[in-house]
Amino acid sequence: MNKYYWLIPILPLLGSAFNGLLGKRAGKSAVTIVGLGVVLGALLLALSAFFAMKGMPDHRLILNYGEWMGTGSLSVPFGLAVDPLSGTMMLVITGIGFLIHLYSVGYMHEDEGYARFFCYLNLFVFFMLTLVMGSSLVLMFVGWEGVGLCSYLLIGYFFETDFAPDAGLKAFLTNRVGDLGVVIGMMVLFAAFGTLTVSDILTQAGHLAPEVGFGVLTFATLMLFVGATGKSAQLPLYLWLPDAMAGPTPVSALIHAATMVTSGIYMICRLAPVFTLTPITMDVVAWVGAATALFAATIGLVQRDIKKVLAYSTVSQLGYMFLGLGASGFAAGFFHVFTHAWFKALLFLGAGSVIHAMHHEQDLFKMGGLKSKMPITFWTMLIATLAIIGFPGTSGFASKDEILYLAYLKSPALWAIGVIAACCTAFYMLRLFTLTFFGKARDHHAYDHAHESPNTMTLPLVVLAVGTVLAVFLGWPKAFGGDFHIEGWLAPATTFGQLHAAHGEHGSHQLAWILASVSTILGLSSAAFGYFSYKDGLAVSEARAAKFPFLHHLLLNKYFVDEGVELYLLRPIRWFGNVLWKLFDVILIDGVGVNLPGALARVFGDFTALFQTGRVRNYALSMALGAAVLLYVFLK
Amino acid sequence: MTGMDAILQGGLQGYLVVALLLFSIGLAAVLLRRTLLMQFMGVELMLNAANVALLAFARFRGGDAQAMVFYLFIIAVAACEAAVGLALVIGLYRHRDTTDSDRAASLKQ
Repeated sequence: MNKYYWLIPILPLLGSAFNGLLGKRAGKSAVTIVGLGVVLGALLLALSAFFAMKGMPDHRLILNYGEWMGTGSLSVPFGLAVDPLSGTMMLVITGIGFLIHLYSVGYMHEDEGYARFFCYLNLFVFFMLTLVMGSSLVLMFVGWEGVGLCSYLLIGYFFETDFAPDAGLKAFLTNRVGDLGVVIGMMVLFAAFGTLTVSDILTQAGHLAPEVGFGVLTFATLMLFVGATGKSAQLPLYLWLPDAMAGPTPVSALIHAATMVTSGIYMICRLAPVFTLTPITMDVVAWVGAATALFAATIGLVQRDIKKVLAYSTVSQLGYMFLGLGASGFAAGFFHVFTHAWFKALLFLGAGSVIHAMHHEQDLFKMGGLKSKMPITFWTMLIATLAIIGFPGTSGFASKDEILYLAYLKSPALWAIGVIAACCTAFYMLRLFTLTFFGKARDHHAYDHAHESPNTMTLPLVVLAVGTVLAVFLGWPKAFGGDFHIEGWLAPATTFGQLHAAHGEHGSHQLAWILASVSTILGLSSAAFGYFSYKDGLAVSEARAAKFPFLHHLLLNKYFVDEGVELYLLRPIRWFGNVLWKLFDVILIDGVGVNLPGALARVFGDFTALFQTGRVRNYALSMALGAAVLLYVFLK
Repeated sequence: MTGMDAILQGGLQGYLVVALLLFSIGLAAVLLRRTLLMQFMGVELMLNAANVALLAFARFRGGDAQAMVFYLFIIAVAACEAAVGLALVIGLYRHRDTTDSDRAASLKQ
């Protein structure tokens, strides 16, 4: 089978090419078959590769397809690497990706750009697989940029609207800032290790020449983390993700919740042995993650757009993942990536199902009472909501609790921030859920038309719900009688055969019980608070908002960060750009550089044109005189 | 003394003077007349002045046959060129109703 594994990323690329070039002519059913078929094919091959990798002695399957670029001491292979880390991501991408493709068939069936949509979606799967499977940082970066492109294309998918193209551009430009960090980080790593192949870097990370110094490594990892904040929407580069909800809902589920936004976490896990060597970076990662988790969660408390709530929730959950990584819990952080992929994709698809039923109404305040109308959506979203608020026994509980526990070991302050953010999460999720499904309908027109979604949409919901439930078995924490299986499972990738205790002393199980009880009790009370605040409509919450007008205003306007960026960053940049434009473009380049030589040439031309009378006789005369002069010169 | 000897008696200068005169008349016609047909005839005169000079030189170098062949070719080519030139004059007349070369200056404007 080994020789077919290159098809895992290439199949979606072929599908994308087909849908993009021939899709419109081939018709919707052909697009559906190809678009879903290639992802299913990739999923099956990924499964096969996954088990082949498990059979390898060191759990690593490296497939090399020759050298890509070699210059001087730089040699970048065209290679794919399958190990527990990338293998799990491959399965998440192709598995959840396939479900979301299936869901899109129902969700997008009326759309004009059906083929275009699947072209982009397939292309995204290709780039995401390249990112995950690339055996060198360079190939990873190709995927990294590619998913950014697909994200841009899909956010701006409804290009005839005003805001979607702007949102796409915002995402693209914000990511550019982060990508610069990745490039710099890669260069520094190359300078330090002399290679960009991941496995070589990791092998050398433990016995680095002392003259390289850990300052260099700290700088490199910090730069890589800047890239991660861009791609994974952390402070301060998170601004693009809420706007990215302008894209179709399946895109929000696949790209902006389950896969692409986790690539920053994936990159850090990939280079875990290097990051472990740099405690300063780890602190930064943990604190940025915690701050983001709290910051985004508080904004999520008051948003009215169902997708915006979920977007801020995603930013907040990504913050948790970074918090876990920063606390040296690479397995915990990655486990949260894994569980989050299931329940957040499910939440988005459920929200999409509601939006679809409500004729593209996204305002929570206009929903309500949909429980009986949409039973499947209701029950599946209930499972996802329980998971995200950390209800005991769910997968979200397992991963979040492990992160909070490790955060406590690092610093109790981090734990406290995490718990507050978890309370906010519980509140806004119950708010979202209650406003959508319980109470009375607030928009009767839309309510009367509401109906359960077609099978292609409900089937993925059910499968994702099953996945959400089952994900817990991959990593039930040790403190509660589990074995946190994923830690040992990922060890070959995250420690890379090096003996550094990831987080030396594991506090006692007793401590874990206490911490988990506190956070769970607080979380569940917040959830109950959210439910009772909204179960009878909006009156209670409006009264509360009136009591704290300043706070409500601040949160509703997302701390005015967008306005601040506009005022203090974008406006000066625009002003500076304007100056450069007027000074350099208009005066120097257009004026002195282009128009001045042109004007000179014209004046000179006008002067010489005086001699061009257009009369044959004048020309003949000058010819004759010229001949006479020549004769005189040569014959005298 | 044969007839030809008598002709050659006068020396080369006489022929060259004739050629120069022919050339000058032709040049004057080209420069001073505005009618294309007359200018064209001036050009032909200049061409033949050159031919006269060519043959005179050939003769005084000892009767070079190459020059005569050359001359025949020039006459033939000149005939073709005359046909083309006349066609151009007629073409101009059809489009502009004139054969005045000074008025065929629209590229200048």
